[in-house]
Amino acid sequence: MPEAQGALTEAVFYILLSLTQPMHGYGIMQNVNELSRGRVVLGAGTLYGAINTLLEKGWITPYGGPPGERRKEYIITPAGRRAVEAEIARLSELLENGRRVLEGAEQ
Amino acid sequence: MKHVVFKAYWNYEKEEQWLNSMSAQGLALTDYFWVRYVFEDSEPGEYIYRIQFLEKLAKHPQSRKYIDFVESTGAECVATYLHWAYFRKKAADDPFELYTDIPSIIRHYRMIRAFWAPLALLEYVAGILNIIAGVTPPVSPVNIVLGALVTLLGVGFTLMIVNVTKKIRTLKKKQLIVEA
Repeated sequence: MPEAQGALTEAVFYILLSLTQPMHGYGIMQNVNELSRGRVVLGAGTLYGAINTLLEKGWITPYGGPPGERRKEYIITPAGRRAVEAEIARLSELLENGRRVLEGAEQ
Repeated sequence: MKHVVFKAYWNYEKEEQWLNSMSAQGLALTDYFWVRYVFEDSEPGEYIYRIQFLEKLAKHPQSRKYIDFVESTGAECVATYLHWAYFRKKAADDPFELYTDIPSIIRHYRMIRAFWAPLALLEYVAGILNIIAGVTPPVSPVNIVLGALVTLLGVGFTLMIVNVTKKIRTLKKKQLIVEA
């Protein structure tokens, strides 16, 4: 793994996960809502800021369509995919340790 | 039917609450300019309103782009005034919030503070200079009154900044433990 990456915010994690398929802003909002079964609601302002930051970082990129189109679509890049994979590894560690310690304590 | 209400707010969050309580009574904001609010009849509670501070003036391309984006998510921008945008969305849709995690809420508050702090300072300087000019002979009551009013405006801005700063501090504390 390259340099250690901090924990992704829930919003960023779900946005990246959504963009494994090309999607526009509203599509991302709906997809995140469905993925989390209504638990995570993404505000348009939060999403807009996250999209711009992720574009700057090169974790997502505009997808097809003429430039200046109102409903722009985006897709994840290989760097973005690596970031999600690193986050999944980090979350798995939390999960494993959490379960092991709590279950161990119960016995 | 149109209803025009004149009202002034220092605190945009209180203003937002007021707009939502008006909407709950069936009065939906359709236009705003300075202290003038225009409402139209609607179903009670039909819309949820959110007020947003924009980094650039509402007419600036950067702000237009953002407003377009918000509108593409099913919200409607009913009015803009200087750096403020007034959005609404049907209450029947998902809960309507523009900012849904702590970092973005803090960023919005910081933007507001960065904009108003220099203005507050400017009002104080202008106010004090006017008062000094007013009390040095020949005494000029016009300058004194003007100075007092401008200083008062500075106090108003300061209250707004203090309010936002308190909110940022609370959120930063919360952020030490949880994310959203």
